[in-house]
Amino acid sequence: MTDVSQTRHVPDRLNSRAARLFKSWEALLLAVAIAIFIINSFASPYFLNAWNLSDATFNFTEKAMIAFAMALLIISGEIDLSVASIIALASTAMGLAVQYGAGTPELVIIGLCVGLLCGAFNAVFVTILGLPSIVVTIGTMSLFRGISYIILGDDAFRGYPASFAWFGQGYIYWVFTVEMLFFVVIAVIYGVLLHKTNFGRAVYAIGNNPTGALFSGIRVQRVKFILFLLTGLMSGVAAICLTSRLGSTRPSIATGMELEVVTMVVLGGVNILGGSGTIPGVVIAAFVMGLVTFGLGLLNVPGIVMSIFIGLLLIGVIALPRLWAMFAQRRRA
Amino acid sequence: MKRMIPLREMILGGAILVLLVLVASRFAGFVAPGNLANVFNDTAPLIILALGQMVVILTRCIDLSVAANLALTGMVAAMINVAMPGLPIVVILMISILLGAAMGAINGVLVWKLSIPPIVVTLGTMTIFRGIIFLISDGKWVNSHEMSAAFTGFPRAVFLGLPVLSWVAIVTVVIFGIMMARTPFGRAIFAVGGNPHAAVYTGINVGKTQFWAFVVSGALAGLTGYLWVARYAVAYVDIAGGFELEVVAACVIGGISIAGGVGSVGGAVLGALFLGVVKNALPVVNISPFWQLAISGSAILIAVAFNARAGRTKGRIILKSAEVPQ
Repeated sequence: MTDVSQTRHVPDRLNSRAARLFKSWEALLLAVAIAIFIINSFASPYFLNAWNLSDATFNFTEKAMIAFAMALLIISGEIDLSVASIIALASTAMGLAVQYGAGTPELVIIGLCVGLLCGAFNAVFVTILGLPSIVVTIGTMSLFRGISYIILGDDAFRGYPASFAWFGQGYIYWVFTVEMLFFVVIAVIYGVLLHKTNFGRAVYAIGNNPTGALFSGIRVQRVKFILFLLTGLMSGVAAICLTSRLGSTRPSIATGMELEVVTMVVLGGVNILGGSGTIPGVVIAAFVMGLVTFGLGLLNVPGIVMSIFIGLLLIGVIALPRLWAMFAQRRRA
Repeated sequence: MKRMIPLREMILGGAILVLLVLVASRFAGFVAPGNLANVFNDTAPLIILALGQMVVILTRCIDLSVAANLALTGMVAAMINVAMPGLPIVVILMISILLGAAMGAINGVLVWKLSIPPIVVTLGTMTIFRGIIFLISDGKWVNSHEMSAAFTGFPRAVFLGLPVLSWVAIVTVVIFGIMMARTPFGRAIFAVGGNPHAAVYTGINVGKTQFWAFVVSGALAGLTGYLWVARYAVAYVDIAGGFELEVVAACVIGGISIAGGVGSVGGAVLGALFLGVVKNALPVVNISPFWQLAISGSAILIAVAFNARAGRTKGRIILKSAEVPQ
């Protein structure tokens, strides 16, 4: 915004593919992840235990499911701050259905449909009425959770069917949880969608230049509408997993999760202003956040102090490369 | 007359009046002057914070760390009071404002010097500030019996019929009214938000203006931090949790464009008052307070949809961009 007068150094040719990969954000992040892993294994004797590590994945699987869809949304230049509230509303709807004797299949359908509806609600305001997504989703963030509060008050829904516990508490094989399976499948789907399809190219194009994208024949509003639907749907999936794991619904469920999801996406190298970012980056960022919280947890660090590390991580990983570039420039001058 | 009170503020003011009439038809005592003064006093922290947020949003930034800043400053003020009960309130006020401004300066430097997007910076500092409260307080509460009488009494002391807390809000509104309309800093804020490129060519340092906007917002959060803790006579980690969104909501309802450059002091104050009236009216008309969140969410959506329509005749953009905006 401010660097109006700066001229950019344009190289004659691109670096080799290996060199680019080595210098990429994902490589830096992977190094951070490995470093945290090694530090953790030295810091606590309980870290390198398959069951403990399996438990640790719950720290990030649900958030990461939303983060993949959110990554696409942020790359396209929009944002959805209402995801945690969609979880609350979807969970409340499922809890309400349980009171009327709904079984597991109905609960899943209800969870997904509420997610889709909420996504569509956001999408209508942003794409059809043309309003800024940050304001709209701050509004729906209050609205969706507000509806949960109206339905539940300070009460809670319990009594989910036993088979419903499979999503959040089930294991596929040995230490591999159902949520991990979801995480991997969703990561692959979104990776392919973003990096290998026309739709993915359109998302990048819209994020870099919406007007240019429109003139090159991309249905900008339709793509954005679909992205909001996908984010809503993923929030529905996360709501099913989280509700199943906790076994109860309170209106305060998943409070503040939207910020952790955005942190994960930004940590994964997605430009908050849109236009760039990758799914592998978000995957590694999910592991980094999971490892940090889990490692600190083993060292008896309280959750709120962990959030200091997450905050420092968020600012640090963005600030350090910029500081580095500033110093490099000063040395050259 | 039309120029002095813009349409948007008139409609919002009208909405508040309609709301008051509706509530009064169910319970006449709500509009008694004494009760309205109470409502205003209850909304005072929101008004003060909304003004700080307004300045930040006008420069195309956003400050999500205000509530955490408030809570941290409040905790520090309370702990200082416990450690040194004899310290005059003026000193505590100064410390609170300076500490808040320092935290705002951290946000500002990261936005100015490293050009990190404000939403990322303040998301980060929000969690960091909250964490620091836990570190310094060890998760313990500072309760009213540990605070000195002068400390808790200051915001409640009645002066010319109104509590000091209300007077602080009124003085802040007056100062901001003058600052935004009559000083180079106020003009620079509108210019930076309206068109940053043009602002550079008129000799305004965009990054520096954004930095000072964050300092102002931080200082007000610090001031509110002491007032909040003293008024409720308790300090703990989670005070004012989620309040940053209510502050942003007040600004949005007040017609301050999240895209920067458009907004007014009157709008921010009315936006805050609207939320304050809703909050205080719900229990009176026998609606469960659990409705409040959904109502303020709907109010944001309605306000932003309305403002987008009204936004075609843009009010206060000085330094218009060369091409006609669509």
